[in-house]
Amino acid sequence: MTAFFQNLGMGFEGAWFLSTIIGILVIALPVMLAVAMLIYADRKIWAAMALRRGPNVVGPFGLLQSFADGLKVFLQETIVPSASNKALFLIAPIITFTVALIAWAVVPFQVGVVLADINVGLLYILAISSLGVYGIVLAGWASNSKYPFYSAIRASAQMISYEVSIGFILICVVLWANSFNLTTIVESQKGYYGFLNGNGFNPLLFPMAIMFLISSLAETGRAPFDLTEADSELVAGYQTEYSSMAFALYWLGEYANVILMCALNAILFWGGYLPPVDWAPLYYVPGILWLFAKILFFFFVFSWVKATVPRYRYDQLMRLGWKIFLPTSLFFVFLVSGFLMLTRYGGAQ
Amino acid sequence: MIHVLAFYLFAILVVSSGALTILSRNPVHSVLWLILAFFNAAGLMVLLGAEFIAMLLVIVYVGAVAVLFLFVVMMLDIDFAELRAGFVSYLPFGLLIALVLLAEIVLGIGLWSAGPIELAQRAAPTAPDVSNIKAIGTLLYTRYIFLFEAAGIVLLVAMIGAIVLTHRTRGGTKGQNIAKQNRRRPQDAVRNINQPMGQGVEL
Repeated sequence: MTAFFQNLGMGFEGAWFLSTIIGILVIALPVMLAVAMLIYADRKIWAAMALRRGPNVVGPFGLLQSFADGLKVFLQETIVPSASNKALFLIAPIITFTVALIAWAVVPFQVGVVLADINVGLLYILAISSLGVYGIVLAGWASNSKYPFYSAIRASAQMISYEVSIGFILICVVLWANSFNLTTIVESQKGYYGFLNGNGFNPLLFPMAIMFLISSLAETGRAPFDLTEADSELVAGYQTEYSSMAFALYWLGEYANVILMCALNAILFWGGYLPPVDWAPLYYVPGILWLFAKILFFFFVFSWVKATVPRYRYDQLMRLGWKIFLPTSLFFVFLVSGFLMLTRYGGAQ
Repeated sequence: MIHVLAFYLFAILVVSSGALTILSRNPVHSVLWLILAFFNAAGLMVLLGAEFIAMLLVIVYVGAVAVLFLFVVMMLDIDFAELRAGFVSYLPFGLLIALVLLAEIVLGIGLWSAGPIELAQRAAPTAPDVSNIKAIGTLLYTRYIFLFEAAGIVLLVAMIGAIVLTHRTRGGTKGQNIAKQNRRRPQDAVRNINQPMGQGVEL
């Protein structure tokens, strides 16, 4: 696209800047639209599992429900508690929302269709997800209110704990793919046993795929790990004091994070934009559709879990993170690197 | 052009947020300015082409160290007046330390641009097609492997030390035994009886 603008008579830097801005819009706007539709899908799936109808009034089949909710929230008054720290209170949701969007910069939708094809893509994602804590901690602290503060402390402890094991799980994938670049990681998953695409079909990485799925539930604060907004204990968690657009930013940011985690599950373990079976006719379907299908599948799994699994107790959550996932993922880093040392890198020297 | 603009943006933000870290009255704000400084320093690293260092800076400092700072500062009940009380009496000592650090930096830069280290850099720069993760990795795990492992051992000792110092068994606390909880069945916990009228329940 940079070349296109250069042909229109712009300098390289101006053209690069303009094409990057357009690229950002082309990714961010569909993500927002997807968030709106997935909130609807989430409620529909959840309702179907509880034998209810779910939203069905606004628009055909209730399809416009999320937009109606958005409009409602948009028209509300923004209330800033008088005892709060005003600047931080307003910055916190902006941080959450921004962080949820900027991680999409390195997600590959197709071979070469990625906003920033950097060679530290996975580290970038880790860095961005470690920033997510701040939006929540600041909200809890700046609200100057008990429940938000408790919730913020819970949330940050939870996110930090699970980031540790996510880090080790990612190391396993990186070792196998021999690269931090997400496109290279996807390409390296081609042709397991000659016909399957996806690290998940690798017996060494399959347990990591399951653990990554569970960790991503914990990282995004979804059920059964939604202790941050356990309404019976903490009212509405760290967003208790928020109203209007500030609340909407949390809402959108949370779902954008969920979609991102679904995309990461698909990209790291189930072949991203590759078709699941390495069979030539399947490659005629554009890769982006395969990626979307996988994202939607994982989103369905997320909603399914939310509808069926009861909430964990906090000590159980911490126990799972530190006493089970951390040692297991560390052991698998050892196992995968040992296996690669013995096979791919030619054994002991 | 964009590089220059980005450099000045990041540089100005690093310096000003560093200054605000010291100047702001509220310690939580101080930590947040510090985080902004880390973040912009990472931006400068990216401009230099050291993207691995930049990402590590964000992951380690912003994602872990600063979160701990923020926690401690938020939890502590800090008396702001008391915090500022010693300002004048500590000022000479602080200035002395600042001067020493400045002298060290000036000396270091002066020696670097003239000394043999820079010449060695000129003789064998990293090849442009090698990403800096690979460059750092090959150097760290081959030439400096023993230093690297020594650093690992130092960290391990520090970690064990911290655990030993803070871990103590307290009496009177109730712990959860998950295995015991999972072993418990309804028939151990619930008893159905046909209670006759007018008699107390025998527990």
